[in-house]
Amino acid sequence: MGASQTRAANKYQDLTEKTGFSAEQIKNLHTRFQQLSGNEETISRESLENISALSNNPIRKQIIEAFFDKRNQHQNEVGTFQEISFEQFLMVMSHFQPPTLKTTEEEKEAMRKEKLRFLFNMHDTDNDGTITLEEYRKVVEELLSKSGAIGQEAAKAIADAAMLEVASTNVPHMAPDDFYEGITFEHFEQILKGLEMESRMHIRFLDVDTTTMRCGKSTS
Amino acid sequence: MAELRPARCGSSARLTAAFLCVFLLVFLRCASASRDVVHPGGSTQEDFLQQHSNSTEHRKAFPVLAFNYEHVRKPFEISLWILLALLMKLGFHIIPRVSHVVPESCLLIVVGLLVGGTIKAMEGAEAPVLDSKLFFLYLLPPIILDAGYFLPIRPFTENMGTILVFAVLGTLWNVFFMGGTMFAVCQIEGAGLGDVDLLSCLLFGSIISAVDPVAVLAVFEEIHINELLHILVFGESLLNDAVTVVLYHLFEEFSHEGSVSIGDALLGVVCFFVVSLGGIMVGFIYGILGAFTSRFTSHTRVIEPLFVFLYSYMAYLSAEVFHLSGIMSLIACGVIMRPYVEANISHKSYTTVKYFLKMWSSVSETLIFIFLGVSTVAGPHDWNWTFVIFTVFLCLVSRVLGVIGLTSIINKFRIVKLTKKDQFIVAYGGLRGAIAFSLGFVLTDSKMKHMFLTAIITVIFFTVFVQGMTIRPLVELLAVKKKKESKGSINEEIHTQFLDHLLTGIEDICGHYGHHHWKDKLNRFNKKYVKKCLIAGERSTEPQLISFYNKMELKQAMMLVESGNAAKLPTVASSVSMQNIQPREPPRRRVIPSVSKSREEEIRKILKANLQNTRQRLRSYSRHDLMIDPFEDNVSEVRLRKQRVAMERRMSHYLTVPANRQEAPPVRKVGFESEHQVFTYDDSESPGDRSVQTKPSSAAVRLLNESPQRPDQSDAEPKPKAQDDQEEQLKLSRCLSDPGPNQEEKES
Repeated sequence: MGASQTRAANKYQDLTEKTGFSAEQIKNLHTRFQQLSGNEETISRESLENISALSNNPIRKQIIEAFFDKRNQHQNEVGTFQEISFEQFLMVMSHFQPPTLKTTEEEKEAMRKEKLRFLFNMHDTDNDGTITLEEYRKVVEELLSKSGAIGQEAAKAIADAAMLEVASTNVPHMAPDDFYEGITFEHFEQILKGLEMESRMHIRFLDVDTTTMRCGKSTS
Repeated sequence: MAELRPARCGSSARLTAAFLCVFLLVFLRCASASRDVVHPGGSTQEDFLQQHSNSTEHRKAFPVLAFNYEHVRKPFEISLWILLALLMKLGFHIIPRVSHVVPESCLLIVVGLLVGGTIKAMEGAEAPVLDSKLFFLYLLPPIILDAGYFLPIRPFTENMGTILVFAVLGTLWNVFFMGGTMFAVCQIEGAGLGDVDLLSCLLFGSIISAVDPVAVLAVFEEIHINELLHILVFGESLLNDAVTVVLYHLFEEFSHEGSVSIGDALLGVVCFFVVSLGGIMVGFIYGILGAFTSRFTSHTRVIEPLFVFLYSYMAYLSAEVFHLSGIMSLIACGVIMRPYVEANISHKSYTTVKYFLKMWSSVSETLIFIFLGVSTVAGPHDWNWTFVIFTVFLCLVSRVLGVIGLTSIINKFRIVKLTKKDQFIVAYGGLRGAIAFSLGFVLTDSKMKHMFLTAIITVIFFTVFVQGMTIRPLVELLAVKKKKESKGSINEEIHTQFLDHLLTGIEDICGHYGHHHWKDKLNRFNKKYVKKCLIAGERSTEPQLISFYNKMELKQAMMLVESGNAAKLPTVASSVSMQNIQPREPPRRRVIPSVSKSREEEIRKILKANLQNTRQRLRSYSRHDLMIDPFEDNVSEVRLRKQRVAMERRMSHYLTVPANRQEAPPVRKVGFESEHQVFTYDDSESPGDRSVQTKPSSAAVRLLNESPQRPDQSDAEPKPKAQDDQEEQLKLSRCLSDPGPNQEEKES
């Protein structure tokens, strides 16, 4: 028992350094990864799409895309993968870690930027650095996609209103001829300043208790 | 301009207040004195007849004026007290400096002390005491209902675990620590407390340990602390009611017996679950009933608010019948009822509910504090130095120890940990209040009761005065995060929802059933089944984002309407408009962003009602019928014109400021401009006229009519393009406003 523990610890050592997860968490996630991939080395989009619990989620496609988005790997690449390995899976998951008591203010700032960047990448599908009105409309439409006809009509209005709000907050005085290209990352940060992303955008990666993980087996 | 007034107002208001006080007190004296006096003429029928039959010689003259105070005594005195309380409250807010330093609750207690002292000084006058029945049945429910109905659900449920730990475990710790140590103190020789047994001490502990919601609300509301801390302390004060109720009854029952067996203790634990869950159950049932009833009230809008109040009050009373936790029942009822009721009732009813709740809770709170002061002076006291000093000291110690200990456990499970500053505020904010006093008041009379009461009052005074007054400077000193002003941003709402779905999705991918998973399941269940039953009409399928959006549109419409009436413009925040974000396209008919029909109707009705032509008056006005009434307050046209002139002058300033300024987006969205078309001076001016004017005087008026106008005075702008754009702009705005008379035909 002890020997396998140390072997596992070594295997995950570099992953721990890269992603910030503890060894226990990595082990749990690895179990899950094996489940999803059917014990293969990589997972594809189909494996994620097969998760039945996700079918009720209105933004399912965007979430799955985010896993295969090269921008989220912090390697300064663009494009998408077809399949991702465990390490890349972990990199995406690491965006959802919570701050601890020991996180300093600068680290919290960096964390917030990183999480906002993740969200920004989810919206900015053509990777031109701005979220245009069309892209934003798509976001709202997807959010309301489960609500039928009412959702579709109002989505445009809501997206327009939201865009207007971003524009008025960030560029208060525009000449009538000016055109607001789209939401840049700075404006995006500005508009979501009040939400305190570093505390809100996280899930609990259970440290020790893996019983809940077992329950998860039945869902996929 | 506002600063100059209070100085003069202050002194004259003070005089008035003082005069009124004296007047009221004199009246009180007469009122209480008159009880002993036999009433002069005109009292009873019998008397009169007897006199008549006995002495037909001297016929009594018909009594033109008679004095019959007994008849109205009770309601008269109640009204007088409430009036006094409210005048005091008014007085405090006129005097600005005092209300910044001293929290209102302290001032009210001081007033109570003064009044109590005055009454006591008058012979034969009986001071009204804070009767427990009065307190628990009439004064407490409005405050709790107000708190429960407007409870911020998201932070409450997110921190539910922490709140429960503080409420249950924290209170238990406090009770046993206080009880135990007080018993130890009582054993000290020479304190004269030898006859206080353990059970009595525990009983005393259970009374004094609970954090009081009224006091917490009164103090915390003024310091505007951040949401997390507010909900922690406040939530704790609400949820510890169950623990208090159980422990109080347990110890009270057994203080007669003299001892508590293990079986009884176990029953006590069971009782705790019954009391709390039962209370929630009762509240839940009444909440569902209330929501269901509100589904059918679309034809009787006037009585809608009453349903909210009555169902909640019944929930409270029903819970009290079974000795369940009335507070938890009331909270549960308000929380359950609110989302459905708000979707069903009209805007006016919603405002009514909001304001009545605030009003009642404000009055209750004021009365509670004043009565507390009066009862302090009136009540029989038994001051025992040792007991009182140790009580106060140990209360603080146990609170601090409890908070620190529990936080170290809680922080292991929390994501957003509680820092030392947070812990300090939570500990310091544990105020005791009138609930403790009332519970002590109903104890059976004994020598100990008076001693307990004195100690309780001392602790209450200490927490309210010392802690209440110093918490504000401490918050400043420690730089605790304050409440952030949320302006209801649609972006934040979109992203909150987006985040919810994202995190649920990630949890599903990870394969574990976390908070988000269950919350999502609950939401879907709610949407699929519950909303269909409880919400009338098409609102039942409206997604949350859309209701939020509609609410904001409504709010902006109301704001504009109100600012229009008061001739005050909203500050022009930015000049960005729809055309700045729409990509350039060949001018074509754009789809009008629309809201659902009924919503549009509602918004239209509101705008119509408030900006309506004054010629249209109400035909009939029945007492039980509230019609959509235009200008009930008979604004004359002259006044209206004066307002318009002022408004136009201001608007022209904005509009003639050079080059790049345009109107604020909200103005455009609600079609403020097209309303002006109805009110324009020059009725002959056709709304279709869009030519650019350069004359300054008429520029103001004209520009109003053509507001989405480029104030581009140099270029001769291509007129057709300008017209087109304006048409589109007006169309964009018209979806939410009353269309001008001529445009309607053109449009359809």
